Amino acid sequence: MSQTDAGRRGENPTVPVLQVRDLEVTFPSEAGPVRAVRGLSFDVSAGESMAIVGESGSGKSVTSLAIMGLHPATTRISGSIKLSGEELLGRSDADMSRLRGRKLAMVFQDPLSALTPVYTIGDQITETIQAHFDVPKAKAWSRAIELLDLVGIPNPRERVKSFPFEFSGGMRQRVMIAMAIANDPDVIIADEPTTALDVTIQAQVLEVLKKAQQETGAAIIMITHDLGIVAGMADRVTVMYAGRPVEQGGLDDIFYRPRMPYTIGLLGTVPRLDATDTGPLPVLEGNPPSVVDLPPGCPFEPRCPMAIEVCRVSEPPLLATDGPGHVAACHRVETVIQESLTHAEIFPAPTIAESALAHVPRSERPVVLELTGLKRHYPLMKGAIYRRRIGTVHAVDGIDLELRTGETLGLVGESGCGKSTTLLEILNLGTPTNGSITVLGKDTRRLGRRERKALRRNLQVVFQDPMASLDPRMPIFDIIAEPMGVHGYPKPEIEARVSELLQLVGLEPSHADRYPQHFSGGQRQRIGIARALSVEPKLMVLDEPVSALDVSIQAGIINLLEDLQARLGLSYLFVAHDLAVIRHIADRVAVMYLGHIVEEGSVEAVYSAPTHPYTQALMSAIPIPDPETERSRQRIMLTGDLPSPADPPSGCTFRTRCPTYALLPEADQGRCRTVEPVLESWGEDHRAACHFARPLTLV
Amino acid sequence: MDITAGLPVTSPVKRLTRRQLIWRRFLRNRMAVVGAFGIAFLFFLAVAGPFVLYWKFDDIDTAAFLTPPNSAHLLGTTRSGRDVLALTVRGLGKSLLIGFLVALISTSLAALVGASAAYLGGWYERSMLWIVDLLLVVPSFFLIAVASRGAPEGDAAWILLVVLLAAFAWPLSARVVRSLTLSIREREYVLAARFMGLSAARIIVRHILPNASSLLIIDATLGVGYAILSETGLSYFGFGVQPPDTSLGTLIGEGARMATTYPWIFTGPAVVLVFLVLCVNAVGDGLRDALDPASASGGTA
Repeated sequence: MSQTDAGRRGENPTVPVLQVRDLEVTFPSEAGPVRAVRGLSFDVSAGESMAIVGESGSGKSVTSLAIMGLHPATTRISGSIKLSGEELLGRSDADMSRLRGRKLAMVFQDPLSALTPVYTIGDQITETIQAHFDVPKAKAWSRAIELLDLVGIPNPRERVKSFPFEFSGGMRQRVMIAMAIANDPDVIIADEPTTALDVTIQAQVLEVLKKAQQETGAAIIMITHDLGIVAGMADRVTVMYAGRPVEQGGLDDIFYRPRMPYTIGLLGTVPRLDATDTGPLPVLEGNPPSVVDLPPGCPFEPRCPMAIEVCRVSEPPLLATDGPGHVAACHRVETVIQESLTHAEIFPAPTIAESALAHVPRSERPVVLELTGLKRHYPLMKGAIYRRRIGTVHAVDGIDLELRTGETLGLVGESGCGKSTTLLEILNLGTPTNGSITVLGKDTRRLGRRERKALRRNLQVVFQDPMASLDPRMPIFDIIAEPMGVHGYPKPEIEARVSELLQLVGLEPSHADRYPQHFSGGQRQRIGIARALSVEPKLMVLDEPVSALDVSIQAGIINLLEDLQARLGLSYLFVAHDLAVIRHIADRVAVMYLGHIVEEGSVEAVYSAPTHPYTQALMSAIPIPDPETERSRQRIMLTGDLPSPADPPSGCTFRTRCPTYALLPEADQGRCRTVEPVLESWGEDHRAACHFARPLTLV
Repeated sequence: MDITAGLPVTSPVKRLTRRQLIWRRFLRNRMAVVGAFGIAFLFFLAVAGPFVLYWKFDDIDTAAFLTPPNSAHLLGTTRSGRDVLALTVRGLGKSLLIGFLVALISTSLAALVGASAAYLGGWYERSMLWIVDLLLVVPSFFLIAVASRGAPEGDAAWILLVVLLAAFAWPLSARVVRSLTLSIREREYVLAARFMGLSAARIIVRHILPNASSLLIIDATLGVGYAILSETGLSYFGFGVQPPDTSLGTLIGEGARMATTYPWIFTGPAVVLVFLVLCVNAVGDGLRDALDPASASGGTA
């Protein structure tokens, strides 16, 4: 089957495999028709990758579902979608079923729910093959093993019999890719394929996706919000905003010569791993409009600093700019080209207050939080009636941290490394399994009820998911007032303070009687910050406060946090998996792996010369939104997944995935296997725990 | 530390409290308001009816046995010559009391026990679940029947009936509330409340129960109907409310035997019961939507 396809593709390379023209998708809703996609056109040729970039609600996933023909019958779709010259729109579902999985394949965002839990991996891959080709089961089965091998599943002959729950998220996404390429498709649509995965796993999966494209010669449509991934994966880019393509062009054109202010702003607001300047980020003010009731004019006009009268009146068409095949929808394109404006000129960064503590040396500032030898172990129990302990989960296994006034400590690591457990230990103010936690000079092991409550006032938290951390059934006044009520603020003071706080975080005080659902993600995160600030804490624990937000919203929250820190002298413990955000906001950084701190130090020291192999791998896995850098970067690929904290490897816990370990002579490997490395100094305020550490310049 | 230094001074803005918001949202639902008036009307009827009506419920009109509705007896009479309208009004009073009290007691009990068991966990949860499971396997109908038989007779006997009906109505709901709480307990806003220093009791009342309210309201709405009908069942077998006192259930039970030949004995009470259950449902729906900000009761823009 593959020869004929490849042959046909070879005959006519000029005809694009997928041709989309004037695609319009409209759904019915209570509030009126939702115009999710408006006038999208693009071509993708065989072997080419096109990225569709946009924030949530910009219509990118709707586009992918329209191509796959997966919208319900109530959706109105017009325009044209042609696959190798044949029209797809208007076909029956049965007709489309013959194409789906055969010519068109899709990789979904959430690998945990994309596989059926009750069938083996092999059954699901063979089903994909047998649905389209009349091949015997045995042949399909051996093809499944081949495919698993291709996507890098170790020991595929055995693993093909596994059930999805036996696979980690990254492995399941590999299986999804295997299923997508099983029938040698012409087009693979990858809808945020790595958003649910850790960065080191993301790098692996993207690599597999590239390999899959080489094998099949398919066109890839990559849907993502991450400009770094685009820079590393795509040949051409479509930027979408409020259902409209606002800029399309080649990768370098979009990244180096963006012409539409939205694209320019988007590229400018992302904190970058390789940026040494950590001043305030330029901000795209406001929120994307609702696509239900769009006003006339350019949808970006309310947020655009360059908007003029005509922008309010008519929506600009996509017109050619200075580059070949580079089009942008903006009335001001001429001005942008002539004056070659960059984001610094269009979106000036706001000014942020300077901290009164900026000139006090770190060693003279008081310590607000100190962890010494902190351990948290959970018993692993088995049995329903007679419960017995069968093991121990070493969630946090002896860490030391120190946070001083007015400073931000970034805690970085992949999911399962113990950073959330560390946070919960601190917030619980209880007794850890071992070691001690000292908050503002008070050892939490010796706290009375009254003291603990008093300490809670100084220790506040902002959670990752702004929707989940606000009670949906409470008006935001009650949400922000709640901690003050607990700590006995008088009623009239609460009343006044809530409006002050709302103003402080940049929200309208008159909105106090609205419910959280009436606010956008970024606004909700501001409410969460206002709640934390209400009782005037000294220490704020921030658990991935920006990772659930859209790129253009992130910058505003980061700036707000930095501004509040400077004005109120707050100390932040900032937990994140995104090293770029940490570089921007933190003063010091600690990298965690499997319950241990493997490297810590000042941000400058760690980022300029990462020393531990894990830190190096983590840094090289973060995509940088710069095509040139992406092409020339040195990548350190980690193999496999995080080992279980219930059964950590002996000696150095990282050795099972360590690229350095693999190259060591046998005798040295023995040392890694038996001796647990301790943090050793690598310079002023820079320590790493590795027997064979070597600093490396990566960015 | 003055965090608002440099900000323009504003006077506190007028806003609606949580209670005012819910009230306003409830009033937006027209069906719910109609239902509330319906229930109020039924209560009024039950209280004022006996004073207004010519016939008392225990009067016997020896001149009219089993007469169809006419000018003297608007809804006709029973076999023993009692006025059906007076009986219905009297029965309505009893049924309203039993229905609402049983629903209120059993739903509150279910909410408190279910939520606290799930939130606190440990031995408390295990012992509570043990009691719940025990009550679920005991044949409640017979226990109530036996218990209300041996109870002292008199005007207040119905109170015992309410207690017994409620005592056997809550366990199943408590289990459902518990499983719902298990998932709500893990939400970040509950965690956030804990880290603020809120006590377990206040977390349950302020955060967990409002978020389980959709279920609780449905449970209470169904509970009203359940209690009235359970009482009907018991009365039908001669337990529960005893003659000469009456309830809607007793009347329906009695009337049902002659529904084809003398339909008026049955029709009056049955229509009232259906109307009551409809009103309760409408109010329940309205309350649920008022409490849930995601519903359509937010009004239109």
